[in-house]
Parts: sequence; C-alpha cells; structure tokens
Amino acid sequence: MRKALLPTIIIIAAILIVIRLFYLQVIDDTLKLKSDNNAIKIIYDYPERGYIYDRNGKLIVANQPSYDIMVTPRDVKNIDTLELCKLLNITKGDFDRILAKAIVYSPRLPSVFLPQLNKKEYAAFQEKQRKFQGFEIVKRSLRDYQTTAGSNIFGFITQASEKIIEKNPYYKPGDLIGKQGVEQEYEEILRGRKGVKYRQRDKFNKDIGSYKEGKFDTIAIQGEDINLTIDIALQEYGEELMTNKRGGIVAIEPKTGEILALVTAPSYDPAILVGRERSRNYTKLFNDSISKPLFDRGLLAVYPPGSPSKIITGLIGLQEGVIDEQTTFMCNHGFSYARGRFMRCHGSGPHQLYNGITQSCNAYFGNVYMKTINKFVRPADGVDVWSKHARSFGLGEYMGYDLPVGKRGLIPTSKTYKRIYPNGGWRSTAIVSNAIGQGEILMTPIQLANMMATVANEGFYYTPHIVKRIKDHQIEQKFKNKHVTTIDKKYFKPVIEGLHGVYNGGTASALKIEGIEICGKTGTAENFAKINGVRTQLTDHSIFVAFAPKDNPKIAIAVLVEHGYYGARNAGPIASLMIEKYLKGVITRKDLEKKIYDNDLQKEYAKYISGQPFGINGR
Amino acid sequence: MKNQSVRSNIDWVIVSIYIILVILGWLNIFSSSSPVEVTSIFDMNYEYGKQLLFIIVTIPLIIVVLSIDAKFYEKFSSIIYAVALLGVAGLFVFGKEIKGQTNWYSFGSFSLQPAEFAKAATALALAKYLGDVQINLNDVRKQIIGLAIIALPILLIIPNDPGSALIFTALSLVLYREGLPAWYLWTGFIAIILFVMSLLLQPVYIVLISLVVIALIYLRTRLVNRNIVFSAIILVLISAYTFSVSYVFDNVFQDHHRDRFNVLLGKRVDDKGIGYNINQSKIAIGSGGWYGKGFLEGTQTKGGFVPEQHTDYIFTTVGEEWGFIGSTVVILLFIGLILRIIYLAERQKTKFSRVYGYCVASILFIHFFINTAMVLGMFPTVGVPLPMFSYGGSGLFAFTILIFIFVKMDANKVNEW
Repeated sequence: MRKALLPTIIIIAAILIVIRLFYLQVIDDTLKLKSDNNAIKIIYDYPERGYIYDRNGKLIVANQPSYDIMVTPRDVKNIDTLELCKLLNITKGDFDRILAKAIVYSPRLPSVFLPQLNKKEYAAFQEKQRKFQGFEIVKRSLRDYQTTAGSNIFGFITQASEKIIEKNPYYKPGDLIGKQGVEQEYEEILRGRKGVKYRQRDKFNKDIGSYKEGKFDTIAIQGEDINLTIDIALQEYGEELMTNKRGGIVAIEPKTGEILALVTAPSYDPAILVGRERSRNYTKLFNDSISKPLFDRGLLAVYPPGSPSKIITGLIGLQEGVIDEQTTFMCNHGFSYARGRFMRCHGSGPHQLYNGITQSCNAYFGNVYMKTINKFVRPADGVDVWSKHARSFGLGEYMGYDLPVGKRGLIPTSKTYKRIYPNGGWRSTAIVSNAIGQGEILMTPIQLANMMATVANEGFYYTPHIVKRIKDHQIEQKFKNKHVTTIDKKYFKPVIEGLHGVYNGGTASALKIEGIEICGKTGTAENFAKINGVRTQLTDHSIFVAFAPKDNPKIAIAVLVEHGYYGARNAGPIASLMIEKYLKGVITRKDLEKKIYDNDLQKEYAKYISGQPFGINGR
Repeated sequence: MKNQSVRSNIDWVIVSIYIILVILGWLNIFSSSSPVEVTSIFDMNYEYGKQLLFIIVTIPLIIVVLSIDAKFYEKFSSIIYAVALLGVAGLFVFGKEIKGQTNWYSFGSFSLQPAEFAKAATALALAKYLGDVQINLNDVRKQIIGLAIIALPILLIIPNDPGSALIFTALSLVLYREGLPAWYLWTGFIAIILFVMSLLLQPVYIVLISLVVIALIYLRTRLVNRNIVFSAIILVLISAYTFSVSYVFDNVFQDHHRDRFNVLLGKRVDDKGIGYNINQSKIAIGSGGWYGKGFLEGTQTKGGFVPEQHTDYIFTTVGEEWGFIGSTVVILLFIGLILRIIYLAERQKTKFSRVYGYCVASILFIHFFINTAMVLGMFPTVGVPLPMFSYGGSGLFAFTILIFIFVKMDANKVNEW
C-alpha cells in the first residue's frame, strides 16, 4: 500500500494536467483568437479606386489622396491631449467622445479618429506624429470629379457603416465603400482588393518582423477603370436644361441599350459629397423632402405616362387586328364611350392612325383600346393580352439594368382590376383611360425611353445599361440579349410614320431640327396629390418621348418635367435640344435654349406647399 | 561481474529521457529567447547561448558524479547536508538580490542558487538517516528527527524563496513510504483543503461544515469506539486552524501573495496586472491547438508576451509551438522518468539508495506538477522551475547531480555482491 501512494499520485496528477491541456488547447477556442489579437498586427495597403470615363473616353471621375488619422486606444499613452486638439482643431470634448467611441469598437484595433484631412492638415499632423503614440495616418483615395453632373449616376463613396462591417468582413472601420449608383453597383471592380500585411508584434507593440515570412500577405490589387455608356457632355447639358425644374431625362442608344444620359432634377454637384463636409452635405440633401435631390427621378419616379402610351395602344390594336392604318374613328372634341361618359379631346375630325398620332387624339385611341379589349368575350382576357404585349416592351417590371435602384411601374392585368373591383362587373369602358396613359398605368422615365428605343428598333430592345466597358472584362451577357416584342415588325412602320408626323404638322411641329428627322410623341399627364388630405389636381406633367434620326436611330429619349404643363411646352423642347446636342454637337436654336433655361418652375412648385389656393395649368 | 564497468550498469532509460528532456528544453529556450536573427547558438548575450554552455558543463559534471564511489555519498551525506544548510543560511548575509529575491550568490558574472543544491543534499541526509539504522518510524522521536531533516531547509529557505521551500514538503511522501503513520499525511491533506476553503468561504461556515462532517462520522462509528472528547478536540483544532489561516491570509500575507491566490480562485480578474502572467500563459498554450504552431513559429513566444518565459513559464513555449500532442509527449517523458526512478528505487538492495531514489522521484514530481499546474492556471504563481527545461545553470546542475547520484547508486548495486 505504502509503495503505491506516490505512483498513484503521479499518475492522477499527469491525467489532470493532460485534461487541462486538452481543454485549453483543443476545446477552448477563445484563447486562439486572443493570441492572434495579441501578437499579429494587420496592415492594409489600400489600392487606388478605378477611374470612371464616359463613353468617349473622357475622364469624369478620378481620385485625390486623403488622409485619415486612426487611433488605437490601447496604444495611446502619455500624449499631450491639448496639443493634439489644437493641432487638429477639435475640442477636448470631441477628443474624449471620439476616443470613447473607438474604445467601444475595440481597444486594440485602429478606428478612425479624424477622417479625410486635407494636405495642409495632414502635413501639420505628420510633423508631430511621433509625439502622439497610438495615432497613425492612413492614406486613402477619395473621388475627384471632373464634372459637376452625374451625381445620381456615380453615387458616392463613404465610410463603411458598422452594419456593413459586421456583414462583410472585407470592410474594416474607416474603409470606404461605394454607395448608390455605379460606385455601389460596381464596387468590387472599382475598389480592387486591398493588400494585407501581417506583422508580428511583441508585448511592447513593437514590430518584430513579418508573420510566417509573409506567407499570408497579399498584394493590393488595383481597382479597375470603367467606361460608362454616358455621354458626359449630353449629361451635363441635360442637367443644365433641367435647372429649376423637377423631373428626369433618360436617353438610350437604341441599337445597344446603352444609356446616353440619365438626368434627374434637382441634382447636386458630386464634389459636395467628398471630404469632411460630406456628412453635413449629405444630411442636407437627405433631409430635403420637398425637392428630394437624392431621389433619382429617371429611375425611381413612377408617373402616369400620358399620351406616349398611345404608341403602345396603337401597336397592340394593329397586332390584334382590331384596326388597320385606314380604320377611322370620329372625334368631336372627344367621344362618348358609354352612356353619360365622355373622353375629352383637344381636336376634332375623323382620324386614321397617322392623324391619331400626330394630333394625339384621345378619341381615336380610346376607341382602339376598347376594340382591343372587346375583342375578347371576357374583358379580363383582353386586359391580360394587352398587358402581355405592353410588358414585352420592358414595362411593368424591373428592367434589370446595372444600377442599384429601380421601380416596376405598373401595367394593369386582370388581377389588378380584380383587386379594384372585387365584385367584378368591370368592362372596357371602366378602364379606357389606360389607352391614353391616364388609368392605372404607370411608368418610369427609363421605361418610357426604353419603349421609344424599342419602337426605333421596330420591335426589340437591349436591357439598358450604364457601363460600356471594364478593362479586361466583357459587359454582362444579359445586356447583349435581344428582347423581342410580341408586336410584328411590320406594324411599327405606320406608327413610326405617325411619330414622324408629330414633328411635321403634329403637336411638336415647332420643335423641328434642321437636317434631323425626329420621331416623337408629346404627353401631358394629369396628376393629383393629397394636399391637406384633399385630392387636388396639380398642373400636368410635361412629357415627351422621341428618337432620331428616323431612318437610323441613334438616340431614343424620354423627358419628364413635373408640373411642366403640356408636353410641347417643356419636355418637348428639352428632348429636341438634347437630340440636337447629341447628334450635331452644337445648338442652333439658341432662343429655344434660352427659353428653357429661363423657365423657372420653382414658383409652380412653391404654390403646392404654400398653403394658399392655387390655379393649375397656366391659370 | 565485479569489474564490470559502471557504463554497462547504467540505467540507459533514465539517461536517455534525461538527455531528450535537456535537448527539448534547450530548443524551447532557444525559441523563447532568440531574437529575429540568430548569429550563433553560442551567443552569450542571449539565454539560449548561456544555457548551451551550462549543458556542455553538465557533461564533465556527470562524469565526476559517476566517477565518485557510491559509498562516498552515503558517508558524506551529513557533511553535504550541513554545507548545503550553511549555504542557504549564508544568503541572509552574503546573498545578492535579483528580482526582489535574495536567492543568489554572485561570483562576478556567475550566480549560484544554493537552494537548488540543498534539495539533493536533503535527499541524501534523509536517505542516510532512514537507511543508516534500523529505524522504526512508529517511534515519535524518529518521526520528529525525520521531519526535522526536511523542515530545517524549509525554514531557512521560506523567507527568501517560498516556491523552493514548497518543494521540500514532497519529501514527506518518502517518510510515509518508509513507515510514517498515515495520519500525518491526512492531517496535511485536510490542512490544505481547509486552507483553500477558508479563502473561498467565511471561517464560520467552514467550522459549521466541519461540525456536520464530524458529527456524521461520530454517529456512524460503532458505539464502543465513539469518543466525544477526541471529536471535540478535532473540531476545536479545525476551528483554530481555519481562523488563524484567515487571519494570516488577511494580515500576515503580503498583497502580492494574496493576489496570486485570488486570481487563481477567480475572486479577482485582472488580466493586465497580477493576472497578466497567468492570462498570457494560458493564451500562449491555448493557441497551440492540436499540433502547435511549429518550432520558432509561436507568435506569443516571439512577441514575448509571456513574462519569464524561458524560466518558470518555459512550458508555454512547448504548448504554443508543439501543441497538445507535443505537450503530452513532454508530460509522458517526465512521468516516464519519475516512474522509472521509483521502479528502480524499489529494486535497490540498500535502504539508503531506495530512500534516495524515492527522494529524487518526489522532488522531480513536485517540480513538474507545481510548474505545469501553475502555467496551466491550476496553481498559484510560485517560482518553481521545470526540471531540465527551465533556463538556469544552478537548476540544471542541481537536477543533474540529483539524478546522476541515483544513476550511480543504481549502477553500483550489482557491485555490492
């Protein structure tokens, strides 16, 4: 017995120690993590963000260096706080607040202390940096815009939020990330990949060489440059024309689906979202809930399209065989489509398709629409067929373009009306407003533009897109797929003739351009808003869609000016000037241009929020 | 047979394990003390260079120890013991203070730690006393002398170096092996339990718990054997002990002693201050995982996060760089060495060498256990080196002498015929 005691104790002790070792080394993971935090410091090498060029290779977005001061709270020791505050022009309160926030994030990882210093501030700090242990400077690149236009297209770059950092481990505090527009959509291509260096540190935080001879280190990969489909001159011109107006312009190259211009108004200079003022300026833009400068009207605003949808109505009528070019409908300042129901029209006379389009006759298209729907025994089937045709123009659905935001718009189907009339009993007469784009039907400007591009192509379109070329990359295949409409090619010819007639004796005769054959369609959309809870009619939206030249279309365009009154008043001239600018490069009609520049709709917009009674449509 | 050389009688198992441990120890010292660029492994500016020198010096030392006649150790054990005690006592006068402890004699650049050598000397003295005469440890006088041999160095060492003093308590296991009544060990064992409990609980509760336990034992004993007076005395002793431990802990212990216990018992969390060592030690070992980070690849080791890593915390390097597998191998080597020594001790022909062997095993074991338990956060921080691993000449020489005297005795047993 006495002999056994010591060996027994020894064996029990050994087992205890091995169990404890097993627990610490194999089971408990927290220690492994702590060791990495302890001993390895990660240094990032930020690559320069890719440049952005326009379709003609003009540089529009470049970079400028910016310097962030980072702080690692644990390493902050014996510093002269007052001197630092004075140097950086912050208060002691700021200092305490920022440092406290940094500690909350992590005492041993760097967080941003003061972002985006300019060169002068940087130089002043760098000189004395060694006095401030725990503070370091990280160089990043910020955007340097070569244009004041296109902010809605570019988006902007900003510090990655805590939410993003949590979700995507690539981003660390202080890292920049693209938000909105191309910067967001092509973030990974533009940003490249930051390089990582693992350095070993000793307990004094002193660098003692690379970790595992740099086995895990990576080299920064430069961000790639991008060519947009945008013609920056056209974009700038569009934004100028939209000064003091609200609305959107979308121009598309029909042959490719490339977006030539994507204007939203009001807009802002992209440069104000760079640098230390960024956050203040962004808040200002964000809080402007009246003119909503951050709201991309070209992509997001859904409007009743008004007369341009007559193009669709006509095409569908032809395709369904309910009319041909010679089919005539009478118009007597409108027409009576049901007992006691009358659709007003501004003209009169017997109209065939051509005149129907050029004079934008409500009566003509109301009849066409009703004939189309009434071709089917059940109006629901008629609506669905009509809807199917309309959707083949890319309407009523997300378009799938390469920008992060969009709206579906609305092309009503039988389901829509089932919701509106749960008891059924609705007939073509109830929904006839769709014929002229005033019913349930809603479109975004980009959908309107794409519809025009489809007409220009006589029955097909490519999904609109904003990026033309990425170095060493093909653009996505989906932008090369032809979408063919359900309308036969032959039916487009007469409609295009009608659209051409709009400029020749039609509603846009005054907007002809010397030497360019344009096809277009005016639109004047009634619209309503709730003002103090009362549904109130506001001045019509001025709408215009067009493409040119007629025989070899190079640009299809949709212009929408909110409350711009009738189509030929605001949207028409803008579309005409844009086409001239794009096709000719110069503006010959300076008086028209000046008239548009001078047309300030701010007073119109102010009326609606003034709280006073107001007249609309010029009254 | 009689002229057979010592070499062929040497127990090569012990020697092999010893050599492996020394080599492994040096590799880990190298890892924990080498700078980024190593110019020479003999670089005397670094601990690994000095340790290599110490290792080389052990070779002649071993030869000397093995050459001396085994009888010498027995004959001169009293003198060796006396010299060792003088050496330890002399520290009070001539000692040099290093890192707050006066454990060293300094001869120029060379320092000597007499307490290390006192372990072997005490082992010899104890073996001599227990083996010299037909001693019956049931005799209280003999018990007292036996315990006194152990207690004397403890009393001399404890003021300067409580860690080393603790080592000598292991020799009480040897006394038990040689016949010391079991209740000594029980008393010691219960004393330790009560000590730990008194740190965790109020003394009053401990007394209450003891009362319940004693009452239960009392009630379960047969009527004839019941002794109410004896039980009462035990309870009084426990109460007195508990309260005095509490008093000593609160009033006699210094802050840093208290902290070591408090950190271990989880009563105080302070990873930056007093708990820093043990926290870093656990991080380093824990980060090793199954297979470790590989030799010279330990980030904690390279970063020097673990204080005193090359001495008392050398096992953290093993844990970090060699992982669970490597650490377990090292543990098995130690256990193998100690069990082998016990096995051989039991086979010794003379009582002297048996007791000595037991002493060697006990001393090695308590070093090993306290050191690894401390590094793994299971034992308060005390300065106890890991034999053959921890940096330090005195320690290495002392363990070498301690082990090889036994190797010599063991090799000699055949010659006694």
